[in-house]
Formats: sequence, C-alpha cells, structure tokens
Amino acid sequence: MKLATNYREIEGKSTGFWVLLGGLGLLALLGVGAAFYMEHNGHWVTGMSNQIVWGMPHVFAIFLIVAASGILNPASIGTVFGKTIYKPLGRLSALLAISLLLGGLMVLVLDLGHPDRLIIAMTHYNFKSIFAWNIILYNGFLAVTAIYIWMMMERRMNKYYRPAGFVAFVWRLVLTTGTGSIFGFLVARQAYDMALLAPMFVIMSFSYGLAVFILVLMAAYNWTGRPLGNAVLFRLKNLLGVFIASVLYFVTVYHLTNLYATEHHGVERFILMDGGIYTGLFWIVQILLGSLLPLAMVYHPTIGKSRAAIATACALVIIGGIAQLYVLIIGGQAYPLVLFPGAEVSSAFFDGQVNSYSPTIWEITLGLGGVAVALLVVTIGVRVLRFLPETLEDAVVDPHATAGSD
Amino acid sequence: MSDNDKQMDSSRRDFLARAGATAGAAAVAPGVFLTAPAVAKPADQPVSSEQRWGLLVDTTRCADGCSACVSACEQYNGWGPGDAEKHSRPDQKAHWIRKVTVKEKATGHVTSLPIMCQHCETPPCADVCPTGASFKRADGIVLVDKHICIGCRYCMMACPYKARSFVHEDLEDQKPWAPRGKGTVEACTLCVDRVDAGEQPACVEACDRDGHKALLFGDLYDENSEISKQLREHGGKEIRADLGLNTGVRYRGI
Repeated sequence: MKLATNYREIEGKSTGFWVLLGGLGLLALLGVGAAFYMEHNGHWVTGMSNQIVWGMPHVFAIFLIVAASGILNPASIGTVFGKTIYKPLGRLSALLAISLLLGGLMVLVLDLGHPDRLIIAMTHYNFKSIFAWNIILYNGFLAVTAIYIWMMMERRMNKYYRPAGFVAFVWRLVLTTGTGSIFGFLVARQAYDMALLAPMFVIMSFSYGLAVFILVLMAAYNWTGRPLGNAVLFRLKNLLGVFIASVLYFVTVYHLTNLYATEHHGVERFILMDGGIYTGLFWIVQILLGSLLPLAMVYHPTIGKSRAAIATACALVIIGGIAQLYVLIIGGQAYPLVLFPGAEVSSAFFDGQVNSYSPTIWEITLGLGGVAVALLVVTIGVRVLRFLPETLEDAVVDPHATAGSD
Repeated sequence: MSDNDKQMDSSRRDFLARAGATAGAAAVAPGVFLTAPAVAKPADQPVSSEQRWGLLVDTTRCADGCSACVSACEQYNGWGPGDAEKHSRPDQKAHWIRKVTVKEKATGHVTSLPIMCQHCETPPCADVCPTGASFKRADGIVLVDKHICIGCRYCMMACPYKARSFVHEDLEDQKPWAPRGKGTVEACTLCVDRVDAGEQPACVEACDRDGHKALLFGDLYDENSEISKQLREHGGKEIRADLGLNTGVRYRGI
C-alpha cells in the first residue's frame, strides 16, 4: 500500500543554506542596482538601441516567464491527469511556477523606459494589445497558482484542489500562447509573424520548465540529504526527452515553413548560414548542445541513468533554451526590416544593414538578478512552508514501480 | 455633423475671425494688421474624422543627396545633431524622418525618398501598445501620449517602417510644441501643432522652399484638395502595401 506523503520545511540552519541565501540575495541586489543605473542614466548605457529594441533583459525575462509556465507540468500531470507518482511534486512545481514568473516579471518591468509607471500599465488597458492581455494573464496566473497551492496544502480545502489545478493548467497554456503571440503577432518582421510561435512557446515552456524543475529537485534533495528515488527522477528525465524532441520538431517546422516562402529566404539564410553569432548559437548551442546532446544523454541506456548526466542534460537544455530565445529575439531584430523587396536600401538610420548588438554588464546583471529573485523565493518558500516531501524514495512514491521504468 | 451644421459652423467661425481681427486691429496701433491663419481648427473644438491628413511623396522630384526635409524636422522638433542626445550611440539616436536610397537589384534603378511615420489607418503600433499611449487621432495623425507611455518598445517591434525611436537619455532645451522624454517612444507627429494652426508640416515647407516640391500635404478626404487630385490623377503607392495598413503617406515613383 502506498504511504501518505509527508511534507516538511527544510531545516535551513546549515552554513550552506545561509551561503545560498546570501549569494542569491546579493545577486538580486546587484540586479536591482543595475536596473537603477540603467533607469537613472537612460538606456544609452545598454547595448540596446533603436535597431535592437529588445535585448538581453528580454531574453532572461522571457526564459523565466516561459519556464514558469512549463514548470507547472509536474503539478498538472498529478492533478489533472491523475498520475500518482507526480502528486508529491505538485507543491514544489507550483511554487517554482510563481517564483520564476516573479523573477521574469521583475526583469521585464525594470527594463521598461518608465518602470515608475507600472501603475499605468495596471490601470490603462488597450484590449487589442496582446501585451495588455499578458499583463492580466501573468497577474492572474500568480493568483490562480497561489490558490492552487493553498488548496493542496490546506487539509480542509483538499477537496477543491483538482478544479484549482485544472484552472491553473488551462490558464498557463493560455498564458504561454499569449507570450508566443507577442512575437507571432508581429506582422512586419520576417522572423516572427507566424501562428506556429504560440504552440512552439508552449512546448518550449514544457522543456525549459522541466529542466529547471529537475535541477531544483535534485539540488534540494541532495543538499538537504532527503532521499530522491530513481522512479521519480527517471520518469522526469524521460519526459524531458519527449519535450526536447517536441521542441526540435517545432523548430524544424518553423524553419521549413519559412524556407518554403521565397520572401523569407533572406532571414533564413541569415539565421542558418550567414548570421555569424546567431548562426553559431543556433547550430552549436541550441541544436547540438541544447537539444541533440541532452536528448541522447537522457535516453542513453547507461549514461541516462547517471545522476550527473541527468543534471548535465538539464543544464544543457537551459543553456540551449537561452540560446534559442537569443537567436529568436535578438537575431530576429538584427535582420533588417524589408521595406522594399528586391532592392538594396541604405540610409543614415541603418536601413538594409544587419544590426549589431552587444549586451552590457548592466543588462546581464539585471537578467541574472531576475534568476536570483526566482531562486530566492523558492529557497525561502521551502524553508518556511511545507513544499517538499520528506522523502521521494521509490518505496514511497510508487511501490510497484521498478527503478528505471517510465 | 450635417452639411447644414458645417455651414453654420463655418459662418460662425468667419464671423468670429473677422470680429477678432477687427477687435485686434482696433486694439493694436492703427496701421498694424495682425492676420490669423485661414484654415486653423479652433483650439476649443475637437479634431474631426471628416478629415484625414496625408502626405504625397513624389520620388521623381526628391533629389538624391538632399535632406532638407530631415534638417527642417530636426530643427523644428528638436532632435538630431546638435541636440541634447549627447551620450547616445548613432544607433540609439532618434530619427523621426530619414532619407533612404533604394536601388532595385534587377534594374539598377535608384530612388531617393524620405521615410517617416506613415500614419497608418490601422497602425500596428497602436494595436500592440498595452496602455493605449500609441493612438491615432480622429484626423488620422498617429501620436504617442508621453504621459502614459511606459517605454516597453513593443510599438517599435511592431512598426513595419522603423519609424519610431526610443529616447535613451535625459534631454534639455526641448521645443515646447514637441515634448520628448527619456524612456518614452516618439515619432513623426506630422507637425501636429502646425497642422492644428492651419500650417504645413516643417518637412513640406522646407522641400517647397528648396524648390523640389516633392512633398504635398493635405486632406485625403477632401476630393478638391491638391493631394486628392494628384492621387486621383497619378496614383500613390504605399510602402509595404501587402500589409494592408492604408497609410496616410503615399509615394509616387516607387
């Protein structure tokens, strides 16, 4: 018979815990400081310009926001699809969803030209703007997921947690559809303007989110000395393989579609062949290191069972994901707007030229600050509330499962 | 507004203008006459959707190497060289209007033309703006409300013409009629203050002054306006007409 899952706060008294907390706190402060510097001086201190209007902060912010949505998968699979083995992971999964979203939103907001006008963004809505919808979707997601956590944690509310989990599940699918549509709806730019971007972002969220989830889970159980059995871990890494392959599928369809249309040959040639840093990031980091290698690692009969390899594969997926967003967001802007098809154009405002971008330390620090805030919220969360099961050993999570099965 | 109302309105306006002019002339020393612009919109009346302001660019008249329109815009609206954007890199500086040289690859034909905000009928910038800071006036002029622009730059991502700029630093000595602000987005306003005063945009005036007469400004909805006549006779193309934005700025010879 399956044993009841006992959740307990982590002890949080070790030196390691305080070093982690202090380190993340410092990085978060540096991030806020960098944002203050950028806002005080203006964006001229960044690598962003009137050609590359969204830069490194957006890569970080969108990675965190997209991963926040996908990281709810373990909770959804347990609650919505009734897979018992995932149920003990639900609380951590939902906590991570909130914390990553907070980190991502922090970066996004602090990069605004006027972060002081956040109240305007919350009170003036243009409902034709997918951005405005996203503001509602992000805030709603925080609320829906908080309620979901409450219903999972509060014994008296347990009976409602399934509907709450279902709402959160649907909500984040809509949310990531919205995030993908920020780019999908940009009709004027060659690299965007494609409905496929919405579902592609959803599947990207599954992959990035699960990679972050597995890493956090492994770190948390390793550092607190709690048992984490192979049944859970192998199930998760096999699922990660499915998600990596799905992202590859979408990336292939995206490029094939563009390659078929003559009008997009220019941008495809740029990303796939002539784009310098973007071409390198695409083939080497996104495809080879961030997709094919981790895919091979998680499914390899022996390597796939090594914890170090699983952790490495997750890290590679995260690095590949950041590269993917860099290529999409910045590469997509680096390729010039096509105003006159079939003509060479030139002007004093860089028309017809590939735009250059090199991020400054301020943008990178702000982005890392957002990551630090996300991890800080998780660290504090698991310290003060009962998010983590005392054990995830095989006998507890799934007595009938044999290690290594999926 | 019915035609009757319009007539009443214009007669009242004429009466007020004449009365004002008479009173002004009486008040000022005899012999000095102050004139008011003939077609100015009274400041207390809202902008009307019965007008749609537009520009026709005749690229056959636009001289390669001439940038009088750009200089005039810089000077009038206070951006560009000599302006307060001291720290910004060239790719960070604002450009409300720019001259673009277009060379057809197949034929080698070269065209020179100015590109500014195209004042679309359905502007993508206004569609994507989360707060509604980017908006289109009833008379077709696309503007940014600097008070509610949060500086997200989504409009710049959406604009097909790269017509918008983000202000990357603090500015000083701005023109009172063209306020600009660090952290907000800006673009060609079609010299909205001049249009409201019954004048032409600065670029049009400069092009006329230099004798090129490549820019024609007017009301696209008034079939008797010069711009409407020219468009009817010779046509006028949109840049990226495939997007179906029905721009207020039209081009001949592209």
